[in-house]
Amino acid sequence: MNPENYLILAALLFSIGSIGVLVRRNALVAFMCVELMLNACNLALVAGSQITGGLNGQVASFFVMVVAAAEVVVGLAIIVSIYKTRRSTSVDDANLLKL
Amino acid sequence: MLLETLAAPVAATGMFTLAWTMIAVPAVMAGLLLLAGKLSDRWGHLAATAAVVWSFAIAVCLFAEQMMRPASERAVSAHLYTWLGVGHWTFEVGLLVDQLSILFALLITGVGSLIHIYSIGYMAHDARRRRFFAYLNLFIAAMLILVLADNYLVLFVGWEGVGLASYLLISFWQHKPSAAAAGTKAFVMNRVGDLGLLMAISTMLAMFGSSSFEAVNAGAAHVPPLWATLIGFFLLLAACGKSAQVPLQAWLLDAMEGPTPVSALIHAATMVTAGVYLVVRSHAIFEMAPIAQAAVVIVGTVTLLAGAWIGTSQDDIKKVLAGSTMSQIGYMMLAAGIGPAGYAFAIFHLLTHGFFKANMFLGAGSIMHGMNDDVNMRHFGGLASAMRVTFLTFSMGYLAIIGFPFFAGYFSKDHIIEAAFANNVVIGLCALLGAGITAFYMTRLMLMTFFGEKRWRQGVHPHESPKAMTVPLIILAVFSVGAGLLMNWWIQTWLEPAVGNHAHDISLIPTPVGWATLLVVAAGVAASWMVFGRGSIPDVAPATKNPVTIAGRNVLFGDQVNGFLFTHPTVATAKAIDTADVSLIDRSFDGAGRAFQGLSTQLRRLQTGYTRNYALTMLLGVLVVGAVLILSQLG
Repeated sequence: MNPENYLILAALLFSIGSIGVLVRRNALVAFMCVELMLNACNLALVAGSQITGGLNGQVASFFVMVVAAAEVVVGLAIIVSIYKTRRSTSVDDANLLKL
Repeated sequence: MLLETLAAPVAATGMFTLAWTMIAVPAVMAGLLLLAGKLSDRWGHLAATAAVVWSFAIAVCLFAEQMMRPASERAVSAHLYTWLGVGHWTFEVGLLVDQLSILFALLITGVGSLIHIYSIGYMAHDARRRRFFAYLNLFIAAMLILVLADNYLVLFVGWEGVGLASYLLISFWQHKPSAAAAGTKAFVMNRVGDLGLLMAISTMLAMFGSSSFEAVNAGAAHVPPLWATLIGFFLLLAACGKSAQVPLQAWLLDAMEGPTPVSALIHAATMVTAGVYLVVRSHAIFEMAPIAQAAVVIVGTVTLLAGAWIGTSQDDIKKVLAGSTMSQIGYMMLAAGIGPAGYAFAIFHLLTHGFFKANMFLGAGSIMHGMNDDVNMRHFGGLASAMRVTFLTFSMGYLAIIGFPFFAGYFSKDHIIEAAFANNVVIGLCALLGAGITAFYMTRLMLMTFFGEKRWRQGVHPHESPKAMTVPLIILAVFSVGAGLLMNWWIQTWLEPAVGNHAHDISLIPTPVGWATLLVVAAGVAASWMVFGRGSIPDVAPATKNPVTIAGRNVLFGDQVNGFLFTHPTVATAKAIDTADVSLIDRSFDGAGRAFQGLSTQLRRLQTGYTRNYALTMLLGVLVVGAVLILSQLG
């Protein structure tokens, strides 16, 4: 199978994720879209590794997973605390940081 | 050439090494009294008087020693220390005790001592007496620096010092707005003159490389006439400021706001004559600059008439005396401008004037003391019997100033009028006219104050002043009588090594000019008696349409002229600059500020607070960066 197909799939997944971040108001959904983008990156890295025959891409993807895990921890905590104070998970409601 | 007759000063020995204590003792005492504060309230006035008496004693000793020396060794220079060296200029501080400066030192410390003693009585009830005496000591020290300095730069230090002391003492009763304003006025107008002195010193440094009298006197013969004239005019400006000569005369009458001993010491006997000293001291320059000399003569003549004019129409006894001071200093300037024929007479008149004017000012102070500080002569009258000693001493001063035969002013003023006639007939006639007006206004003062009916206000009980005040009056009266006879045959010879020689016949029998002077003086006295001696004096100055009287009452509109020429243009310029500042500069900066504020308000709108907006911006940024990277790869 042609490895470039994996890259195309990764691009598609990344686009879907980024559009989801931009258009969805629910913080949880936006969050999931971010995860989708990260995993699309992972897919691209692994495919790249397969194409070049090295291990660099695979190692990098582990780093991305670690970052993603950390991000989930912090991000979910923020979402939960926003929900606790504002009774909403809409990202548009958290707009206090402006004049 | 007379420059060759100027003997080089010899080094200081013996008593002359103590000359600096004349300055140091009053200066230190002034500092001590000001710093010690209330601690010295009880003995401050006595200590200050002792300090001046010390200076006087030293001056007398130096004078005696000079008398005993041969003429060529009388001028003594005492080098003290090097002030500063800048580039190829070195400024030394040294004293020059010569025939000219010792006379000044004697006058300053002698009259100064008497006025200190007088002030003990006069200021007895003033809460700030100690401060007054400290300022007086400061003045004495500064004035001695002025006359004893051996170069112009140190002279300038004294010149500024007396200006400061004069300011502090004119506005001594600072709770009176008029006194505070008068002090400021004197200070500001003096600064104009100081500018002249400063420019003269700068020019001297440029031309001669030094500001010492010796270098300037020696170099004056070789300086281009244009530069000599320039220095001469700068010095004349300085002299006009300090000596209240036209056109810088307006401050002197207001200076009478100060306590009367101050008027006597500073604004009659000593400080205001510093201009004459400066001109005489700089005679080598003026002899190279005939135009500047002529200007000195004209300034002197104009001032002697202007001062006399003012004197005729003032009702304030002190202001009459102030006008008279201006007028007499005009005589001295006139004599100093005439050249070698006049220097000795300028100094002669300066000394006799110092005695009789101090006498009359202190007499006026004594009258004020008895009249509850009233100065309006229309409220006086008939004081001759109430204040016997004051009347008699004042009369001596009166006879001296009008030039009654054998009194002090008779000798000194006659010489000046004769020298003026020898110089120029018009100048001579003006000087003669001045003598007549002097007799007129002084007689008016005498008649309004001491004779006629009693026009005293209610509750005023004139009484003779205490001994501390009358004794100095008596001493000064003795000098008003005798100073002329004492110095008439002596002063020319004495001053010859310092100011040059000019033979001048001196005899007791009046010359034709002398007879004319006596006649004019008699006419002045008679005219005054016709006007003020026979009828009663109105309680307020009668309304008049006579422009001469109106001008005199308004001090020849000196304030108005100054206001029109200088104050109003300056204020207008300041206002214009202020308007420009507010409308142009302030507005442009405010406008720039507002523009940035508006811009930032617009820019702030970009911050919506919606996370998705930021995410979109970020994404677009990433796309742009990616596009650039890809395009650069392609290129």
